[in-house]
Amino acid sequence: MSTQTGETTRYEADDQGWFGGPENGWGGRFMPEALVAALDELTAAWHDAVADPAFMAQFTAILRDYAGVPSSLYLAERLSAQVGCRVLLKREDLNHTGAHKIRNVLGQALLTKRMGKTRVIAETGAGQHGVASATAAAYFGLDCTVYMGSVDTRRQALNVARMHLLGATVVPVESGTATLKDAINEALRDWVASVDHTAYLFGTAAGPHPFPSMVRDFTRGIGDEARAQCLETYGVLPDAIAACVGGGSNAIGLFTAFLDDEDVAIYGFEPGGDGVDTPRHAATIHAGDRGVLHGARTYVLQDADGQTRDSHSISAGLDYPGVGPQHAHLSAIGRATYRPVTDDDAMRAMAMLSRTEGIIPAIETAHAIAGAMQVARELAAEKGPEATVLISLSGRGDKDMGTAIEYFGLGDVDRVTAEPVG
Amino acid sequence: MNATVTTGFEKARADGRAALVGYLPAGFPDVAGGIDALRAMVDAGCDVIEVGLPYSDPVMDGPTIQAAAQQALERGVRTADVLRTVEAVAATGTPTVVMTYWNPVERYGVPRFAADLASAGGAGLITPDLTPDSAPEWIAAADAHDLDKIFLVAPSSTDERIAMTTAACRGFVYATAVMGVTGARSTTSELAAPLVARTRALSQNGLVDLPVGVGLGVGNGAQAAEIASYADGVIVGSAFVRALLDHPDDRTAGLRALRALTEDLARGVRGG
Repeated sequence: MSTQTGETTRYEADDQGWFGGPENGWGGRFMPEALVAALDELTAAWHDAVADPAFMAQFTAILRDYAGVPSSLYLAERLSAQVGCRVLLKREDLNHTGAHKIRNVLGQALLTKRMGKTRVIAETGAGQHGVASATAAAYFGLDCTVYMGSVDTRRQALNVARMHLLGATVVPVESGTATLKDAINEALRDWVASVDHTAYLFGTAAGPHPFPSMVRDFTRGIGDEARAQCLETYGVLPDAIAACVGGGSNAIGLFTAFLDDEDVAIYGFEPGGDGVDTPRHAATIHAGDRGVLHGARTYVLQDADGQTRDSHSISAGLDYPGVGPQHAHLSAIGRATYRPVTDDDAMRAMAMLSRTEGIIPAIETAHAIAGAMQVARELAAEKGPEATVLISLSGRGDKDMGTAIEYFGLGDVDRVTAEPVG
Repeated sequence: MNATVTTGFEKARADGRAALVGYLPAGFPDVAGGIDALRAMVDAGCDVIEVGLPYSDPVMDGPTIQAAAQQALERGVRTADVLRTVEAVAATGTPTVVMTYWNPVERYGVPRFAADLASAGGAGLITPDLTPDSAPEWIAAADAHDLDKIFLVAPSSTDERIAMTTAACRGFVYATAVMGVTGARSTTSELAAPLVARTRALSQNGLVDLPVGVGLGVGNGAQAAEIASYADGVIVGSAFVRALLDHPDDRTAGLRALRALTEDLARGVRGG
């Protein structure tokens, strides 16, 4: 089975990277002039590569042999019984490094090799994209430097160790709020000075053109595979699809194949933190305002003066005050629906999926599970047991055990009980 | 009508020298202290003043300007304080521009920002993360309010982009001397002179002779003299910020250091 189709949709950006046009649209490129030549070079190289069957064949082969892609589409029977309709899980948690992110980094690193560059840089929040980048760099023999907020290097020490073991340099970023957005700032500062030999492996479908479209194209295999798998096995398209949205790479990777299927309802679930009526959340589309962050016009959590506000999510991978511009566009035109899911609801879904299906999801993914269960119940009530909901199970939860231990009070040897905890 | 930066460059050109362009973020060390500092720079020889608008995500700035901007934001500086600072500095008669990342302007409202900047006596904007091809709204607002539009060119810019950028500028064009972020460096860049030559060659199709200012990495009079030998303007930021950062508890000493640095640079732009 071919990993991805490469077919365009009715929702593409124009050649300047605008989703919905430059006047009232989303995306574009708000970047220092010093980086424009490199972004233009990258855009041309990416167009050239995806039009080259040899490149795409190599990408497909690496994904298959090295990363375990295509991932399976799994019918979650006990979960289905619980909600009253068919629930399908696209098992990106089974990919090498445990999440969908390996698709993006292998695509971008393969392109880096094709462009003749020898070094890659990346930003990371929780460390997942950093680990994936370090993995791809090791695979291709590229130098790798990962920027990570110093707050995150402390709370994600295990992933720092993984990156070190994989041979990457990890730079703790102390500036600003010392989290993901500041890691992006620092990676951009590195890139301005190193752009002649360095590629920036951007971790999500955000940032300046061409990143939102290019990252989408390297992750769209999620949806292309899932759509074909669903049709082949069940003979129908799903009634609804769902994914979590931080920057939004797994979501746009799932959504793209279904955008032109007007009967398929599309749901993105944003990190609602303590609740969108509190200041502690990262529900950018739900509660942000139109603005410019990291090179794109999109929804931004910002104050009255346009200063970026601190975001919060229990899931470090969703803790970002912006969102990919194509999601902003899909929300604005009503093609996709974005809803917030609180920390507590996500953690409940994490425990529920673990016990119902024997799958411990990443906390990011648990937001999608929580939101999609609600959608599935609504669909079951409306259409009965034949209704189908397809969820991107974007990553596995091993990395989140520290948070889970703290949240649920797990693993205390003095409190080992016959009943499950949490 | 406000002073455009052209008056600052013309004055220098009439003296047979380069113009000295000095930068500090507004609200650093606080709003009043920032105004005092910028006025000291005017007194000691700056021909054009850049007032920085502190921003939470300054991707083109190195550690020195980041630290000053962060300090200003932590003390609660607002966009209105930036305009207040412009008003106080422009009142000296020295052309005063704002250097700002784009989101705060968009958030304020582009036409409203242009109107309020003009009524504060500001000459225009330098936009480090906004290139002319992404700037139709700003260009329209600037033209409506007779403001200077200062865009950047870089060593990596193609000839086509330099021609496009210089065609969109009014006041001067900001040539970044290095591939990198702001911050004083010990040696001047060998990329700067060829970039200035290329920029001049490509911008001569315009009606006016657009001045070329060189910034990034300039920190002392000797470097200023070297750049003044081939450019119309020498732009200094981080070194001024450093002079104040080095005297956190003694404003008088900070102002003295600022004045001494300005005088050194002013000698530099006069050929050392």
